[in-house]
Amino acid sequence: MTDSTEGSIGTSRVKRGLAEMLKGGVIMDVVTADQAKIAEEAGAVAVMALERVPADIRAQGGVARMSDPSLIDDIVASVSIPVMAKARIGHFVEAQVLQELGVDYIDESEVLSPADYVNHIDKWPFTVPFVCGATNLGEALRRITEGAAMIRSKGEAGTGDVSEATKHIRTILGEIRTLAAKTDDELFVAAKELQAPYDLVVEVARSGKLPVVLFTAGGVATPADAALMMQLGADGVFVGSGIFKSGDPAKRAAAIVKATTFYDDPKVIAEASRGLGEAMVGINVADVPAPHRLATRGW
Amino acid sequence: MAGSTADASAAPTVGVLALQGDFREHIAVIRGLGAEARPVRRVEELAEVDGLIIPGGESSVMDKLSRAFGLADPLKAAIAGGLPVYGTCAGLIMLADTVLDAIEGQQSLGGLDVSVRRNAFGNQLDSFETDLEIPEFGDPPVHAVFIRAPIVEELGPKATALATLDDGRVVAVRQGNLIGTSFHPEITGEIRFHRHFLDIVRGASA
Repeated sequence: MTDSTEGSIGTSRVKRGLAEMLKGGVIMDVVTADQAKIAEEAGAVAVMALERVPADIRAQGGVARMSDPSLIDDIVASVSIPVMAKARIGHFVEAQVLQELGVDYIDESEVLSPADYVNHIDKWPFTVPFVCGATNLGEALRRITEGAAMIRSKGEAGTGDVSEATKHIRTILGEIRTLAAKTDDELFVAAKELQAPYDLVVEVARSGKLPVVLFTAGGVATPADAALMMQLGADGVFVGSGIFKSGDPAKRAAAIVKATTFYDDPKVIAEASRGLGEAMVGINVADVPAPHRLATRGW
Repeated sequence: MAGSTADASAAPTVGVLALQGDFREHIAVIRGLGAEARPVRRVEELAEVDGLIIPGGESSVMDKLSRAFGLADPLKAAIAGGLPVYGTCAGLIMLADTVLDAIEGQQSLGGLDVSVRRNAFGNQLDSFETDLEIPEFGDPPVHAVFIRAPIVEELGPKATALATLDDGRVVAVRQGNLIGTSFHPEITGEIRFHRHFLDIVRGASA
């Protein structure tokens, strides 16, 4: 913080507030400073810095970890839009390092290999905000309880198959609608079933929405995919391998940005979808054996 | 364009630029004040409003989309024609005549005789909330949230400062029918800026 300004940093409002400003936007995975510049130029609202995109993590296997700090520095230096970076689930030291590097958001991500199969990071003590993945409402509320300032539905990263993203965003929003229809005396059991704190469950039931912004992720590869997520009710979209594993990343990235803003206008989506070249090759989620599904990491 | 369809006796209609950002929050504040609010993404929609809010978000994205979809030039013409516009954060950047630390090729709509620096406080770790004394609004102070916020680095002769930080740096300005703030009243329940803006809109369309 600038020394002469009196104010509070790292508050919930400030952490959740940045996510509010990203709404209606596209957050793009990048692995180099050059890719980050292409993403910024194409209209990304933020970039996610990582060492390998999920499709490569999936193909190459092995343990996936936080990126090299030098790579993150390069990306931070190359763009002026917000930079996010991934830490392993439960790896609070990777998170400490990322905060030290000055990233704008940390993604405690199932795309990397978990560092703790029991506990997620206690995100409250950090000044930097966190985004976490979720496949259902209970999982989203547990992450918010741990201090997540933004939620993204998980989908199945690195596949280019949007079906899991559809399932997870529908599940989360559907469960919120169900919760909002419950009477007060039903919310006690609802909290038990969701395995989430009662007060938070009541808050969601009364407001009809999460207390934080909800993006979607995992398998979005085309402008129509992004618009589908927005029509289903997502606040915005993460695109991982879908851009830089495609034939013409700059053009595809710009097209996905347009389709996200005009998600309810098929004419714009049609125009944006023309002549984009090859989409990422893609793997059907049904062909991915259960142990290799990333969405099951985190609980 | 401004006020062309307005009936002076009716509640004004405020558009909120809905290309990206927290436009829903602005729509909620305006509706809470009893005026009509609607999202604006197309030129035709711009023609139907008496005033416009440019929300918080990423200014470089709003710039690109407003040019790609042919909104930028009509917006500039509307501002020149006296359309009341209120910009928060990215919206302030869009209204600035000069933008410092812009991305390559970034343009603003202009209208406010100011130079505004993007991300003037640093990255998200430097985002903060604080109370601001604003003489025009009296007590209580405005609780202001600054998120990777811009600052008015140079105030031209045509613009007036509405609010400053303790160190004197300008974070809110007015010039004729235009208002810009570095911070986000729309996410804190602060309604006085929007009420003030509605007064400007009513005055302009009367």
